[in-house]
Amino acid sequence: MSKWDNIRSDFPILEQRVNGERLAYLDNAATTQRPTPVLNDLMHFYQHDNANVHRGVHTLAVRATTQYEEARKVVQHFINAADAREIIFTRGATEGLNLVAATYGRQHVHAGDEIVVSIAEHHSNLVPWQQLAIATGASLKYIGLTAAGSLDLNSAEKQITDRTKIVAVTHASNVLGTKTPLKKLAVLAHQHGAIIVADGAQAVPHFAVDVQQLGVDFYAFSGHKMMSGMGIGVLYGRYDLLQAMPPYQFGGEMISTVSQQATTFAEPPHKFEAGTPNVAGAISLASAMNYLQQLGMVNVERHEQELVETALPRLLAEDYVTVYGPHDPVKHTGVISFNITGLHPHDVATALDMEGVAIRAGHHCAEPLMDQLGVTATARASFYVYNSQQDVDQLIDAIRETKEFFHIGTI
Amino acid sequence: MGLSKLNQLYRAVILDAAANPHHKGDIAKPTNQQTLHNPTCGDTVNLELRVIDGRVAEIGFTGEGCTISQASASMMADAVAGKTTSEALAMAKVFSDEAIGKKHQPAELAKLGDAQALTSIMQFPARIKCATLSWWALAQALEQNEQERGATHDRQSK
Repeated sequence: MSKWDNIRSDFPILEQRVNGERLAYLDNAATTQRPTPVLNDLMHFYQHDNANVHRGVHTLAVRATTQYEEARKVVQHFINAADAREIIFTRGATEGLNLVAATYGRQHVHAGDEIVVSIAEHHSNLVPWQQLAIATGASLKYIGLTAAGSLDLNSAEKQITDRTKIVAVTHASNVLGTKTPLKKLAVLAHQHGAIIVADGAQAVPHFAVDVQQLGVDFYAFSGHKMMSGMGIGVLYGRYDLLQAMPPYQFGGEMISTVSQQATTFAEPPHKFEAGTPNVAGAISLASAMNYLQQLGMVNVERHEQELVETALPRLLAEDYVTVYGPHDPVKHTGVISFNITGLHPHDVATALDMEGVAIRAGHHCAEPLMDQLGVTATARASFYVYNSQQDVDQLIDAIRETKEFFHIGTI
Repeated sequence: MGLSKLNQLYRAVILDAAANPHHKGDIAKPTNQQTLHNPTCGDTVNLELRVIDGRVAEIGFTGEGCTISQASASMMADAVAGKTTSEALAMAKVFSDEAIGKKHQPAELAKLGDAQALTSIMQFPARIKCATLSWWALAQALEQNEQERGATHDRQSK
């Protein structure tokens, strides 16, 4: 019996029954559950160390500040950033991407320039760039996908030109379960004098990410998709870029000196952390990263791979199920999008919920991709560390029963 | 519990309405139109009405979405066809109220016809919007007509 068999007991929320059934939580691409050690660290902070950071000299303020800054170092090591000052705490991936668009983007993108994204982007890595393009008169260009749903490097080579200032791509698709060849794209972007921004919301929780090895300039992700509290996220930025960027928001903690008519700003990362930050969130994120590191990110990736290796062929074997994205499990992260012929994904999700299976249904905040796939919505099952073959069995059984219930092809 | 509870939501009458919707398609010379979109699931209802002498003379809808949204649009169209606009608006209010848990007398509910079957949606909070979408489209399409008539009336009285 391996540790993976017992891991479910670390997650008290999974012990409940939903609609009278064992809970198979397969909505991890939306948000994950928190293990007891993370919940304990959150509780401990509020019960023993809570104070505001960076502005008090009393004992609790020092403790809170120390833990907050220690959390920054944990994040730094987790993604192998060169310097802890390159780690900015945000509300989540969305805020991190907006921050880059509103600061670096506003400073460097002008009329006639190009911003290049992929067609598979989540709205959070699409709308900020689209709006920046509208505001500056730049053009927004799209990298297409291969037939199997992977990012098409040939298309990238055509779209990225010497006029491109920013390339913004997801590291792992929240719909197709594909991984982006980020390192190659970074080289391509840099060859043309552009910077590269990556949305790592579906990557950092699931496999080892090394921002230096990838060669990315900015990299954003969310804590809640990797078992931390909600409302905390990270923006990694190369220090020289961060230093040259204007602040994102103004207020407390981000200043150096303030007079009646002028302000000098703090150095990164504090320059980008105006106001009281989510201290408990940062501590919970560090705790979640420690939990993941004890499992080992290589093992986390392998565990999800094993689940996909059984789930994907079984889904494909049901002739009324359409799977979007690659059909080769090896090319898949733990995200699988599918539809049942003749049935809207929301009906599927309601039916599966009655069987205790929690999945997502909708456009997954990726409407341009839905258009490309020729659908309005899909159902999506996504795995994480606490999922097991039992969850896969429950998913497949529930899909079969749903098909029976709605008598596919007969109503 | 399993799928047995689903029978309360997906009754035969609802499944049938979704599979064989009534009033599906554009109508000629619509006087009122409203398109509503449910961004959480991608349901779209595009509703067209021809109102003559204060009555819903013809009604049609296009769009796509889940079983509940399509069944609801079909049942709503059946229920309001031939009704006066004020009757139709009152029905829309009853349905919207039911969906947020406000109860009505059986006599009021009966006016909804088959559509009252969908008031069971309350047991599935995540799906309420799917059922109410077409009723909201109806109310907005008719209210827009009221406003336009009001505006015309204002102009005439000046």
